[in-house]
Amino acid sequence: MIGVVRFPGSCDEVDALKAASLVDDARILWHQETDLNGVDAVIVPGGFSYGDYLRVGAIARFSPIMGAVIELARGGGPVLGICNGFQVLCEAGLLPGALLPNQSLRFVCRQVEVEVVDAGTPFTRACEEGERLSIPVKHTSGCWFAPAEQRDRVRVVLRYAPGHNPNGSVRDVAGVCNETGNVFGLMPHPEHAVDALEGSTDGRKLFSSLASVSV
Amino acid sequence: MRARVLVRPKADILDPQGQAVERALPALGFDGVRNVHVGRLIELDVEDPSRLPEMCERLLTNPLIEDYEVVTEAEPERL
Repeated sequence: MIGVVRFPGSCDEVDALKAASLVDDARILWHQETDLNGVDAVIVPGGFSYGDYLRVGAIARFSPIMGAVIELARGGGPVLGICNGFQVLCEAGLLPGALLPNQSLRFVCRQVEVEVVDAGTPFTRACEEGERLSIPVKHTSGCWFAPAEQRDRVRVVLRYAPGHNPNGSVRDVAGVCNETGNVFGLMPHPEHAVDALEGSTDGRKLFSSLASVSV
Repeated sequence: MRARVLVRPKADILDPQGQAVERALPALGFDGVRNVHVGRLIELDVEDPSRLPEMCERLLTNPLIEDYEVVTEAEPERL
């Protein structure tokens, strides 16, 4: 069972729920719940949790449900953060780095190509290393950053293909995971690339990878 | 106690807001402005000011990307 967190201000949780439902049972987790009730994989979706007041993801990180999500992550359970969810997981200290405002200071919304750098995570096992995926981005604060002394240790999972970096992120990073690979965050939205009507179904690969570990 | 927390982007962090302001000023005729950085000001009343650093580290700032400075009534001239 995959759980999709809904914070006040989330806006992509329904798409994430639908995408997850293609590969497994899925349900919404309200931000005030404190127990995952049998959910064995969690998606923290995109949006503007708690209005993104103070900093993106800063307040959501302390919501009641996040206690249970952090516990799942520390126990090795798969946790996927998409866009605002990526920002929340960075603020929670589950993923390295932070998301800064886009270099352009503009909201970007476009289809980008990303390259799979690490196909050894529970989220990318249906992909091949070097494979390109076409997935949309839509964000204002997607410029991933980590201090120089930490960068070499970070496990990069997805990189924007040459010429596709929409936000100025360090080393063209589009998605990173933790050391053990069970927590993964990315700025592109795979849940918006699961149906031919959306122009690409490449996002499905990330969800089907997740499904095979959450049973 | 009245306190003020000044939050600044760290020196080695790209600060596109500062850059945008720096580019906009000459357009209005304000020449000779450099090194513009845009941060955040948080004002608060606290019962125990000794807990301010912890508040800053855990919520008010992200120490990875921001520096902060706490000013309290102990230095009234700066408040």
